[in-house]
Amino acid sequence: MAKRIDVSDLDIYYGNFKAVEGVNLSIEPRSITALIGPSGCGKSTFLRSLNRMHEVIPGARVEGKVVIDGQDLYGSDVDPVDVRRQIGMVFQRPNPFPTMSIYDNVVAGVRLNSTKMKRAALDDLVERSLRGANLWTEVKDRLDRPGAGLSGGQQQRLCIARAIAVEPAVLLMDEPCSALDPISTLAIEDLMTELKERFTIVIVTHNMQQAARVSESTGFFNLAGVGQPGRLVEFNPTEKIFSNPDQKATEDYISGRFG
Amino acid sequence: MTLTSAPPAQPRPKRRPGDRIFAGTATSAGILILLVLAGVAVFLVTEAWPALTAPAADLPDGKSLGSYVAPLVFGTLLAAVIALIVATPLAVAIALFITYYAPRRLAAGLGYVVDLLAAIPSVVYGFWGIAALAPSLVPFYGWAERNLGFIPLFAGPASTTGKTMLTAGLVLAVMILPIISAISREVFSQAPALHREAALALGATRWEMIKMAVLPYGKSGIIGGAMLGLGRALGETLAVALVLSASGGITFNLISSSNPSTIAANIALQFPESSGLTVNVLIASGLALFLITLAVNMLARWVVTRRADFSGAN
Repeated sequence: MAKRIDVSDLDIYYGNFKAVEGVNLSIEPRSITALIGPSGCGKSTFLRSLNRMHEVIPGARVEGKVVIDGQDLYGSDVDPVDVRRQIGMVFQRPNPFPTMSIYDNVVAGVRLNSTKMKRAALDDLVERSLRGANLWTEVKDRLDRPGAGLSGGQQQRLCIARAIAVEPAVLLMDEPCSALDPISTLAIEDLMTELKERFTIVIVTHNMQQAARVSESTGFFNLAGVGQPGRLVEFNPTEKIFSNPDQKATEDYISGRFG
Repeated sequence: MTLTSAPPAQPRPKRRPGDRIFAGTATSAGILILLVLAGVAVFLVTEAWPALTAPAADLPDGKSLGSYVAPLVFGTLLAAVIALIVATPLAVAIALFITYYAPRRLAAGLGYVVDLLAAIPSVVYGFWGIAALAPSLVPFYGWAERNLGFIPLFAGPASTTGKTMLTAGLVLAVMILPIISAISREVFSQAPALHREAALALGATRWEMIKMAVLPYGKSGIIGGAMLGLGRALGETLAVALVLSASGGITFNLISSSNPSTIAANIALQFPESSGLTVNVLIASGLALFLITLAVNMLARWVVTRRADFSGAN
């Protein structure tokens, strides 16, 4: 299921404003890739361009190529809805649907795919997904309660369960732990390490220890200057980035010597 | 348990003049609305009392109060329900189009035009109803009688003037459309981006996103708007008085020319020529309208809070 992502010469625009420029990188299947960099440098924008979520903002467009296992995401015959069914996303703030129960939240994506499933199969899928998100034991007795009644960390794991229930090829995570306490963060990091057996994971994070702990490869984004587009400064194995980066800017950022 | 010593005196919270003035004005505004409501209720009950207690023989037409008011209550509810059934889906669709489908510039203009519908006086609607809508519906009523006559709603005989219960309901529908759509639009536009993005990221189409994240969030707003619209439809006087040919009793037949009148329209039509006990009877029917509106609002509130756990508010 996990798939490889190749990005070449990707520019991302919001209207006339060029937000990200000239990104080239390859993301290996069954690995965790972390994207780090200062706020506003375009790493979230880049992440959202991987499942065409940035198009939600009017005027957003890209130039260049994003290829997932040979399929061009921005081909003229590609429907963004299909792209998003293949490439799941977890957001910064936990966002389970407040009007749905825990159960319905998990199967929300599956119901969209309009395949009629038997109740037993759905029950099975809910258990599998919640177990996959390490949430099953905590919620198995209250699946019919609203998802919004859970704690923040549980809500975020519910969102992960919802995302993996549709068996996506890739899982994108946009600062999934930034609203969580350290214990919940650890739970999610452990979960990511389990999930990379099945999915390709790309995570944006401001927490450099987190990037160092969980990821195989790390990309460092930075702005070329004020009002300039963000660029991918360096993309290397995580070990190398955090011990012996190629670029001076990367080293400065990681060691906290900024500017 | 006995206290051996008095508890230490609580330090008095500091009272700031701004807080006191604000609390005072807010409280008196709240009390004022209750007083007005109570005043209306007292007026209705005292004025209706003679009619409620008088023997049936003394009442106009020599009928009991119940048999006088019942067709009016029925007519009021029927016209309002027709209006609501027609207007609510349309208003929700308009609101969705304006908030999520229309290009931005068109949306602003369209919203303005719909709001403008609310500013048209009801006498104009009534006039439009008899002069334009009713005659143009006559062929449809004839067709409905011939082809759908097996349904009691269209049993006929079809009205030749078009002044039917259905026409009145449709005029009311147009009148309450802007209220429902304005309130729906407001809540739809506030559906959190967080949840809309959650739906889109799962691969929802725009309609699926609206079903998952917008409509559930806006449900209480739709119900609230519909109830406001229903309130207006129940109490609407002039448009119904002009459009409805009221001569009949309780019937579900929507296309004939003998229909029950509505409470408000009946009061408007009968009041100028009434005196004595007849006035009390009309006020008693007004009391019935007051109670219906109260019940509708309480019902709406109950519907909105019933599933508060699952609402978007938490």
